[in-house]
Amino acid sequence: MKDNTTVQGAVHQDLKHDSAIKQVQGRAEYTDDIAEPAGTLHAYLGASNVAHAKIRGMDLSRVRSAPGVVDVLTADDIPGVNDVSPTGKHDEPVFPTEKVEFHGQPLFAVIAETRDAARRAAELAEMDYDILPHALDPVSAHEAGMPLVTDPLKLERGDVDGAFGGVAHRIQAQMTVGGQDHMYLEGHIAFAIPGEDDDVIVHCSTQHPSEAQHMVAHVLGVPSNAVVVNVRRMGGGFGGKESQMNLFCAVAALGAKKLGRAVKIRPDRDQDMTATGKRHDFVIDYDLGFDDEGRIQAVEGQFAARCGWTSDLSGPVTDRALFHADNAYYYPNVRLTSRPQKTNTVSNTAFRGFGGPQGVIAAERMIEEIAYALGKDPLEVRKANFYGEAGDGRTLTPYHQEVEDNVIGRIVEELEDSADYQARRKAILDENAKGGIIRRGIALTPVKFGISFTATWYNQAGALIHVYNDGSIHLNHGGTEMGQGLNTKVAQVVAEAFQVDFDRIKITKTTTEKVPNTSATAASSGSDLNGMAALDAAEQIKERLVTFAAESRGVSEDAVSFAPNRVVIGDESVAFDAFIKEAYMARVHLSAAGFYKTPKIHWDRAAGKGRPFYYYAYGASCSEVAIDTLTGEYRVERTDILHDVGKSLNPILDKGQVEGAFIQGMGWLTTEELWWDDKGALRTHAPSTYKIPLASDRPRIFNTNLADWSENREMTIKRSKAVGEPPFMLGISVFEALSMAVASVADYRECPRLDAPATPERVLMAVERLKASQ
Amino acid sequence: MAHQDEIRFLLNGKETTVANPKATLTLLDYLRIEQRLTGSKEGCAEGDCGACTVLVGRLRNGALHYETVNACIRFLASLNGCHIVTIEHLSGPNGRLHPVQQAMVDYHGSQCGFCTPGFVMSLYALWMQTPMPSAQQVETAVQGNLCRCTGYEPIVKAALAVNEYGSPVNDHLTQERADITARLTALQPEGRVETGPEDDRAILPHSVADLAEVLASHPKATIVAGATDVGLWVTKFMRPISPVVFINHLEELKAITLDDDALTIGAGVTYSESEEAIRDAFPHLSEYWDRIAGWQVRNMGTIGGNVANGSPIGDTPPVLIALGAEVTLQKSGGTRTLPVEDFFIDYGKQDREAGDFVACIRIPRATAGQIDAAYKISKRRDEDISSVAAGFSVTQVDGTITAARLAFGGMAATPKRAANAEAALIGQPWGAQAFEAAAQALSQDFTPLTDWRASADYRILVAANLIRRFHLEHDTTTDAPVRLAIA
Repeated sequence: MKDNTTVQGAVHQDLKHDSAIKQVQGRAEYTDDIAEPAGTLHAYLGASNVAHAKIRGMDLSRVRSAPGVVDVLTADDIPGVNDVSPTGKHDEPVFPTEKVEFHGQPLFAVIAETRDAARRAAELAEMDYDILPHALDPVSAHEAGMPLVTDPLKLERGDVDGAFGGVAHRIQAQMTVGGQDHMYLEGHIAFAIPGEDDDVIVHCSTQHPSEAQHMVAHVLGVPSNAVVVNVRRMGGGFGGKESQMNLFCAVAALGAKKLGRAVKIRPDRDQDMTATGKRHDFVIDYDLGFDDEGRIQAVEGQFAARCGWTSDLSGPVTDRALFHADNAYYYPNVRLTSRPQKTNTVSNTAFRGFGGPQGVIAAERMIEEIAYALGKDPLEVRKANFYGEAGDGRTLTPYHQEVEDNVIGRIVEELEDSADYQARRKAILDENAKGGIIRRGIALTPVKFGISFTATWYNQAGALIHVYNDGSIHLNHGGTEMGQGLNTKVAQVVAEAFQVDFDRIKITKTTTEKVPNTSATAASSGSDLNGMAALDAAEQIKERLVTFAAESRGVSEDAVSFAPNRVVIGDESVAFDAFIKEAYMARVHLSAAGFYKTPKIHWDRAAGKGRPFYYYAYGASCSEVAIDTLTGEYRVERTDILHDVGKSLNPILDKGQVEGAFIQGMGWLTTEELWWDDKGALRTHAPSTYKIPLASDRPRIFNTNLADWSENREMTIKRSKAVGEPPFMLGISVFEALSMAVASVADYRECPRLDAPATPERVLMAVERLKASQ
Repeated sequence: MAHQDEIRFLLNGKETTVANPKATLTLLDYLRIEQRLTGSKEGCAEGDCGACTVLVGRLRNGALHYETVNACIRFLASLNGCHIVTIEHLSGPNGRLHPVQQAMVDYHGSQCGFCTPGFVMSLYALWMQTPMPSAQQVETAVQGNLCRCTGYEPIVKAALAVNEYGSPVNDHLTQERADITARLTALQPEGRVETGPEDDRAILPHSVADLAEVLASHPKATIVAGATDVGLWVTKFMRPISPVVFINHLEELKAITLDDDALTIGAGVTYSESEEAIRDAFPHLSEYWDRIAGWQVRNMGTIGGNVANGSPIGDTPPVLIALGAEVTLQKSGGTRTLPVEDFFIDYGKQDREAGDFVACIRIPRATAGQIDAAYKISKRRDEDISSVAAGFSVTQVDGTITAARLAFGGMAATPKRAANAEAALIGQPWGAQAFEAAAQALSQDFTPLTDWRASADYRILVAANLIRRFHLEHDTTTDAPVRLAIA
């Protein structure tokens, strides 16, 4: 857009993160850095050390008498409702009164003069339990007759049973996919400052300030208008702070209101990891029919998830697994069911992709099954099954939404070419044929990801813009900043709208005082929703300015336009500052609240039909790995990525999202393993035991490109596409490449059926299994 | 005799005195809570994420050295006479960004920004030491720094570009070196330092002789060198450890002596300080050494501490045992020396008598025909605790195996040699048959545990395969790669 060239920081420009300079200096303020008022107290949670038990008694006398302790909060101290369940299911008490349902469950909170004193005292509770049997994983929990945490979903299309009767090939098998801890570098934290009457202000690190506000009000038994929740920035979120901060906010607020002093709660990393939810692990049973060409004829899949002790967000997470169990492939006949299984573990929650990755990886496993059964290159099978173009009868998803914006063919073709896939695959096959200890694998995997909250009412957003009479602009919106650069992008939209330099716009903390009833910054929707809401606010102010300009100069409104840092009125060009001052003096309203709701979407869950997604984002990655068949150790030698973000609002930030998501997705499928002992205790609960990727784990060669030709066919903000989650699934190419390297030991005649995460141990054990079956 | 009862150091530009601090006050809590220097972050409180990384400058033989450390597990009392440099000290006058900071901004190295100060400090230390690093050197420098947002690519690119923004020659820590050295020299204590209340007492002996005296009167004291393990006893387990005797400042324990027969390493020598000598004397340990923890921990942790600690999954015991290393224990009554393998009696139990402290480790150099190897198997390549670690030392004379020492960590309650596997080798002709027999014999040597790092089955299998790998690596009949390339 030529007319932007002189506005610094408008849309489609590479602009650095607005906090980058503060961040590199350690001056960016996180919740724990906020100066504490005199008398601030510190809370810490006392947790269960059993997985499942009836609580017979809880003796807290030693806790109360420990040095520095001011008070102890239990369920009895809750004036409102003892519940923080995010979906209104009323199944998640702040503190339990009857039963412990997982190892590490918060039972009470100690409030003390220092965090250290609170933490030490929290260890001193004497619990009296009747131990009950526990089940940790979805299979044993199902066998033990434990209930589902929420209603399952069924998606069905075509004549599945009939189709299986006529398939040329049929494979039935199972895949286990592990969970994942968010391992945001900044853990959970909430800091409550009491005010007069019922008021309380809570500073915290949540992706969902409105929900935290409503939960605090609910627990305190006060109206929402008494509670303010503020978030300047998070040190990472990834979904882990969508609902999980509710408990910490509630505890801090309870303490602050009860004692009339500021109360901060910050669990240590171990408690953060044991007491808050993670990505759901899944056990997927699939039944697959296909023809001699490798075309899928029928699919039946059951997706059982480890949901933990409450529903939390498990309903929509397991729904999204089904929505993505097709990935980019057309299934002529399909039946998919979810099993959101209750287990005696921490309640699992949102995590980048929100169940989608577990669906996508099941689709990719089925592709592998076909390839190994027919002796084909998995990429050939992928291409044979891609969704088609309008009119070819291959565009309908299992949830009866038409895929109208399919670009996966072009993406994959371009990547196949730029990554030199065919030649490299051939070289690898030749090298592996020599039978060495080191084996290689290469895989090119696609991703198609649906954008919108499947809870349709979540697809709304608000923004507030003030133009001050000196021409400076104050921007606020309902989205939260967790590193993704949302504030930067939304400010770019506003800079573009007013045709002013980015620096003129002050980015401010997210607060429930300015924009109410916001949705979580989640589902990759942050820029789509808040960018549009901010644009709406800017357009309202601009409209008033245009009217004023036209009237004041006696020209038509068509003769008024916004040029870089100036306003053109007829033949006159006025500096933006001067014009704003003039408008103020003429009593023009220079503030506006903007609003946006996503059009077109609808979803009938009971029928399993609708259009849950406004549009799809696409991408593909190609990874090459080497494995050591003596130890299972591996290296990612090279990864090439081509990803579709539509017409990017900020290409360099989007590229950062793509690279970061890829590495996080790779971590999920390789070294990140959650391990519970037989007592139900999570033993991988800190970075010493839970291993996320390091710099040395990233591919030795790493080429990331955005599909610069892409433009969203829907009317999204500046024709961009969401970027947060879709590239997470690009990490699957690493997993599939490992699988190919393993398959080489059996000459690719057998699908390795590698489970995730593919730790060195799982890789070696798969190698051994395949060797033994030869 | 009245001891100094305060801790004195330079904090960024300022001389600072803390009166009578308790032993377990961590540097990070001191910085964040007491000094309100909130740029350094707590991400894990166990030295694994690097968000708290700061530099510590210390005089060694009169010369000033700066190293990264994890402030979360470093005790303030151990930093008497040091220069603590935090992220707040980097920007120039008028808020001008430091070259490392500017590179991180320009290459988009921060997203959420919480890990960023720690990365900046690690890259700062790297740039001072190696202004124009290779990508691999960058990766090694940030092994101890986790980032969950960026995927590291922009951080590595920033690190490779730092020198284009400025040279360490012009850095203020370089320019002020003489001044800082003089100020630190003036801060060195005259004698023993003792601070803190009785139940959280810190003692900094003035010399090794003084250390022996302190331990004689406090035989149950916790000896702390790098605090890379003991730090967690405090931050994770809240275990009382008083009195704490800090030894990392004792230069007498920092001797490294290489002669024709052996390399002798003082108990206070860190992994980083010993790196060069280890590479020279034992090239097979070069790659292994880089995989011990992360850089910050290697700057803090000591080989003496790794041995004294007696963990079955320590990195150095298996390779030391394989090399036939000896440990010298000292107390006020004198010294005694024993093979490292005999030092480990049982899980959590070492042959350390009341008042004993580890003085040094002596590692004999290879003799003719001796082939050495060291292997570490872990879930993640870098900065991970091994599921299995192995040190092998096999001697062949005219094609016959005459001696074999195969030591493993992670396979039993202590680091231990595989007697049956060794027996299967000794006296046999060098070749696949002997090593296969040794690999098979391993199941008689060990009954490992299943835990979160690995299953028993994997441990046994991979340990046996390491014996097979050792043979293949030294098999001259083929040049097919048997290990993954490092870079």
